[in-house]
Amino acid sequence: MTSKDLESLLERAETLYRDYSLPSVREWKRREKGLAIGFMPIYVPRELLWAQGVLPVGLMGGGDDLEIIRGDAFYQSYICHIPRSTIELGLNGSLDCLDGMLFPAICDVIRNLSGIWKMQFPGKLVRYLDVPQNFDREIGGAFFRRELEELSRDLVEHGAKPLKDDALRKSIEVYNEHRRLVQGLYQLRQKEPWRVPTHELYLVLRAGLPLPVEEHTGMLRAYRALVEAANERKPMDQARVVLTGSFCEQPPLGLIKTLERAGCYIVDDDFVQVHRWITKGIAVEGDPLGNLVTAFLESSMASPTRYIDQAEKGKDLVGRVKASGAEGVLFCAPSFCDPALLDQPMVTPAVERAGIPWTAFKYSENSGQFQVIREQAGTFADSIKLWEQTSEPSTSADNLSRMSV
Amino acid sequence: MANPTERTTVQKDTSQLRQKKMLAEHFTRLAQAGATGEKSVYTFVPGNMTELLLAFDVLPVLPEINALQSGMRGKSKDYIAVAEKLGHSEDVCTYVKSDIGMMKSGNIGPTGERLPEPDLLLLSYTGCFTFMKWFELLREEYKCPVVMVHVPYQGEGRITESMRQYVVDQIRQKLIPALEKITGKSYDEDRLKECLARSAQAEDDLVWVLQSAKNKPSPIDAYFGGVYYIGPIFSSFRGTEDAVEYYKALRAETEESIRLGKGPVTPDGELTEERYRIVVEGPPNWTSFREFWKMFADEGAVVVASTYTKVGGVYDFGFRHDPSRPLETLAEYCMGCYTNLNLPSRVEMLASYVRDYQADGFLINSVKSCNSFSAGQLHILREVENRVGKPGGFIESDLVDPRYFSAANIKNRLESYFQMIEQKRFGEGAA
Repeated sequence: MTSKDLESLLERAETLYRDYSLPSVREWKRREKGLAIGFMPIYVPRELLWAQGVLPVGLMGGGDDLEIIRGDAFYQSYICHIPRSTIELGLNGSLDCLDGMLFPAICDVIRNLSGIWKMQFPGKLVRYLDVPQNFDREIGGAFFRRELEELSRDLVEHGAKPLKDDALRKSIEVYNEHRRLVQGLYQLRQKEPWRVPTHELYLVLRAGLPLPVEEHTGMLRAYRALVEAANERKPMDQARVVLTGSFCEQPPLGLIKTLERAGCYIVDDDFVQVHRWITKGIAVEGDPLGNLVTAFLESSMASPTRYIDQAEKGKDLVGRVKASGAEGVLFCAPSFCDPALLDQPMVTPAVERAGIPWTAFKYSENSGQFQVIREQAGTFADSIKLWEQTSEPSTSADNLSRMSV
Repeated sequence: MANPTERTTVQKDTSQLRQKKMLAEHFTRLAQAGATGEKSVYTFVPGNMTELLLAFDVLPVLPEINALQSGMRGKSKDYIAVAEKLGHSEDVCTYVKSDIGMMKSGNIGPTGERLPEPDLLLLSYTGCFTFMKWFELLREEYKCPVVMVHVPYQGEGRITESMRQYVVDQIRQKLIPALEKITGKSYDEDRLKECLARSAQAEDDLVWVLQSAKNKPSPIDAYFGGVYYIGPIFSSFRGTEDAVEYYKALRAETEESIRLGKGPVTPDGELTEERYRIVVEGPPNWTSFREFWKMFADEGAVVVASTYTKVGGVYDFGFRHDPSRPLETLAEYCMGCYTNLNLPSRVEMLASYVRDYQADGFLINSVKSCNSFSAGQLHILREVENRVGKPGGFIESDLVDPRYFSAANIKNRLESYFQMIEQKRFGEGAA
């Protein structure tokens, strides 16, 4: 395998990322005659859809390439960008290969988009997927199981295969393997970030949203093998940072590259979380639907979109910083993102208490100017390197915590 | 244009004075809670379970009400500044920031007295994502117990048995034990049923009053006046004898207005000529509430129905608290609150208001703070227009951040909107 192979893999990933008209989904439908169902961030039970012969297709907005023509007529200026680009894609026909859409419960904007979709695209399967905020097995678990059963029935009504335990077990196995490979890449990046640049990893993860899971598993394996062999990639003197807040509307690829060029090794992030939302392998034996429910209740990522009951706010982020050997945190949230921005004032004190430097900025998926962020991130990275040699970490936090735009 | 800061004698209905007294007594009890040992529970207006709290003799505190009161009293601007200095984003809900700022400034309530710290935060997670973050923020400050009651959204436009069961399970297994723990009292279902029966009585009278706006002229303003009418039932009084008496008196007052052919009482006196009948979607602006109302009243515009007055409970489509099914009825109440309805249901409700109340049009006041209300309102505008064939208008402001209330812009838009109604009338007359 050569650098040409890596180039070609990344080219394919970028094509999948940039082509809004979902050619791979259209091809899959022609081949398999199955349903394709789109879903918004962050989490849907893809195992269940796949077990019923349905292709889950992740959508994360229109990025910075898409010209918004009609989408802006749906949203006021003070609402984030992802719903307007998503509706644009729906109206311009890009998503017409989808037989339906799932809108998971993550915020009021995505929730209300489900209602717009119902009115705008009658005849398609459109479901708001309420995930429990109560994590007791007998209460929230029982509710979630009933939600999944109802979703499964809805899929059947729209032409999917009925849900069978064996098929679900098989699907869980397939996704477990996929999850293991994604986590493996995250671990490799933590260990050797120069080998797995985030702008590459991001493209590879995004490519997994429209692809059938087995195909994407193959891509993950190939990417891993290629970067492990890429010994020409050498470590640089960069600051190791965790980037958080970008779980729904994604930053433009250019922004990720800018952060890396500004001197940051991103060693953990919130991008394309659906691949990692369930943090452990899901049990295969026994009642597979029950196993999906248990995994959601007990092994979901800590997220601003979930109610954190007893645990101290920010504990998870501090844990991620320590586990990844990061030296700082970038709070990188989309403008007007309620979950991320309302969470931030609770999490930053925890980060400060742990003596971790941080800085904060906002973006929109179609941001085109990165100069200010580049300067901010560059100064932040330089300061980390400087303070690392000369001062206590808490001092750097005191100085840098005010660095926000 | 009259100077908006000019002080004139504000006319108030008898019921308004009665409500003022109820509120004053409630806040006095809250102020004295430390001395009397009464327990307080902070909760939200949508999905409030006041009857259950009353059955445990605890005092409800509603941070949204405090925030809007801060807006009306001109305090919210400074409170928001305090919160933003502490790192709260300019992009998020100003109710939250006003509340955080108020807490950091001594937690002085609307009557000038200090509010008690909560013994429990009842996070009734109904129709608004921000609620969850709000009480996580308060928990960081107060270090008190929190009960999360997750109320599923009516994404499919209906309440299913599964949803009902989920909420009932949480009330029975989470909320009631927590209330027993903080009060040392046992759950008394008979007492809860008595409260629920009183709620239903008050709800009957409230609905009668709201629907009196079908008369021409309307004896009430169902938005600006409406926010006063809903005060007791949306806040700490649902299920009390006080609320029953308040709504009885309000109904009698309204009956008298109808008999005399009177219009609504505005802050500047009775509205004598009803020129436009309008339906309004969205919360009002609180920092310039009176000025905002005056912009309507000066044009002879009466709001005959509004969705904001359904945010703490939708009663005019038949729902009543049912004492025979106490926990189930609380669950259904929570799930039925306006912002817990999906967009097609909201469109249908607005369209039915325009038709049933013979409105000339409908207007959306889109507030920056509230994505639960605002995300999708432009689509609602087009859908309702298509269904009813009446002109829709769109204005933008905020709940309690005065920086987002541009009086000149709003007045211009309103004037243009009313002209549009006139033109439509003229066109219809000519046809």
